[in-house]
Amino acid sequence: MSTATDRRVPDDQVAPGEPVTPPGGRPGRDALSEMSHPHRGRMAKDVVARIVMWAAFALAMVPLVWILGTVIGKGFHMLTTATWWTGNQRNINSDDFGGGARHAIEGTLTMVGFTALIAVPIGILTAVYLVEYGRGRLAKAISFTVDILSGVPSIVAALFIYAVWVTTFGLGRSGFAAALALVLLMIPVVVRSTEEMLKLVPNELREAAYALGVPKWVTVVKVVLRTAFSGIVTGVLLGIARVMGETAPLLILAPYTKNFQRDLFNGNFPTLPMMINQDRGDFALSTAAERMWGAALTLIILVLLLNVIGRVIAHFGSVKK
Amino acid sequence: MAKRIDVTDLNVYYGGFKAVEGVSMTVEPRSVTAFIGPSGCGKSTFLRTLNRMHEVIPGGRVEGKVMLDDQDLYASSMDPVTVRRTIGMVFQRPNPFPTMSIYDNVAAGLRLNGVKNKKTLDGIVETSLKGANLWNEVKDRLNKPGAGLSGGQQQRLCIARAIAVQPQVLLMDEPCSALDPISTLAIEDLINELKNEFTIVIVTHNMQQAARVSDRTAFFNLKATGEPGRLVEIGDTTRIFNNPTEQATEDYISGRFG
Repeated sequence: MSTATDRRVPDDQVAPGEPVTPPGGRPGRDALSEMSHPHRGRMAKDVVARIVMWAAFALAMVPLVWILGTVIGKGFHMLTTATWWTGNQRNINSDDFGGGARHAIEGTLTMVGFTALIAVPIGILTAVYLVEYGRGRLAKAISFTVDILSGVPSIVAALFIYAVWVTTFGLGRSGFAAALALVLLMIPVVVRSTEEMLKLVPNELREAAYALGVPKWVTVVKVVLRTAFSGIVTGVLLGIARVMGETAPLLILAPYTKNFQRDLFNGNFPTLPMMINQDRGDFALSTAAERMWGAALTLIILVLLLNVIGRVIAHFGSVKK
Repeated sequence: MAKRIDVTDLNVYYGGFKAVEGVSMTVEPRSVTAFIGPSGCGKSTFLRTLNRMHEVIPGGRVEGKVMLDDQDLYASSMDPVTVRRTIGMVFQRPNPFPTMSIYDNVAAGLRLNGVKNKKTLDGIVETSLKGANLWNEVKDRLNKPGAGLSGGQQQRLCIARAIAVQPQVLLMDEPCSALDPISTLAIEDLINELKNEFTIVIVTHNMQQAARVSDRTAFFNLKATGEPGRLVEIGDTTRIFNNPTEQATEDYISGRFG
């Protein structure tokens, strides 16, 4: 018989002069009763904190679930109609049912793709400069400018492009002009997120590469950017998601068209946010409202798809363990 | 494949702060030279000046002369990248490239410098891993990530990576301080073999280690906090440990301070 319980010396066998002293230093029974009191208080705090935390979480989930539920509930059946993914809105009036969103999907993807094509290289190179090369005043000035740029409201970016593109240069409104405004909005997002990712790359890896006689620029490209790759992809996607739903620049710079139009330099350009806006005017008509919810759901799905694609890319490029 | 380093009157600065003052020493080829001394005495800083790695830190600069045989490492025509190709380095914490496999880690120095021939790479990867006593442990999983190895294996992987570019000199900055005794022993054995081929300089906090692996020992110290570190004395390891010339060396070695 030698279980753990047996080996413990029973209280009454403790010899006088050998007080049972808990680690805290106070003698046995008193200490226990004293300790139980603050213990109860701590439990109560724990319960309160838990409730507050869960309540905050639930509160944050309410609008999210609500929006998703509404959009899916009201818009999903449009996505299953025959022409949604293939047609456009040509000759379809507000009180006509159906039509397609393909023109707007193509338009949004073209515009955002073009925006990313300009903004991503500029953003990543700026971040590389700031983290790997920038010292002193110039770097500080650039960093400050990026901060300001990230706080610029989208309508101000749009008005700025309008002032330069339309008023000063006398060029017409177009999808391209809107894309330029989106570039202004996307660059700071890409710079900031890439910067954070580059800062996470341990300095030891840079030193390891230098110590092998690898030039700095090769180290930056093959080691630093490579190690931060998946994080950078995530940042780029956040930037894309941010500009995909931007509406102010489109309202000001890229008038909507119900036709197919992939030429960014054409005066009118179809996009999903503008399609939503178009039907919003005739919200009272159930045909227009349905179309609006359908376009909204389509936009959400596009953002989601991009995120999934990005996750997959990031997964295959991530640091292996 | 091994060269002598001659340092004359070297001062090292970080910005306005003088970290190391007036070091002159010779590092013999095909031998192990150990730098010992209390923390903050500038031995790591000095080590990093030998392959111009301290310049990576903003404000890092030196005065004085470092010669590798007859080449002046700090001549204005000398490219620090060339210096680092000739003088490799192993760091305190194992730092394999996390995105690369074991094979790619060893091949990294060559690949990043433009060597593409698969056969050449295969050969060098194998010799380097054998040279680092790691081949038998990893030969069946060369395409597994380098970060998946144990700490001691990772450090030997870093040594393999460093010797793959065939340097003349190998600098080691406390290569065992993050490792357990068994892995430490493996690295020390390795150092003993490597010195047949390379000139090795090792910084260590462990005096027994200095006594075990080095042929010559240099003791660094500083007069007071905030003062620059300096070289107190350098000599054969047996002499430094048994019969040091300077009182400070004896105090440090016998454990009276530090």
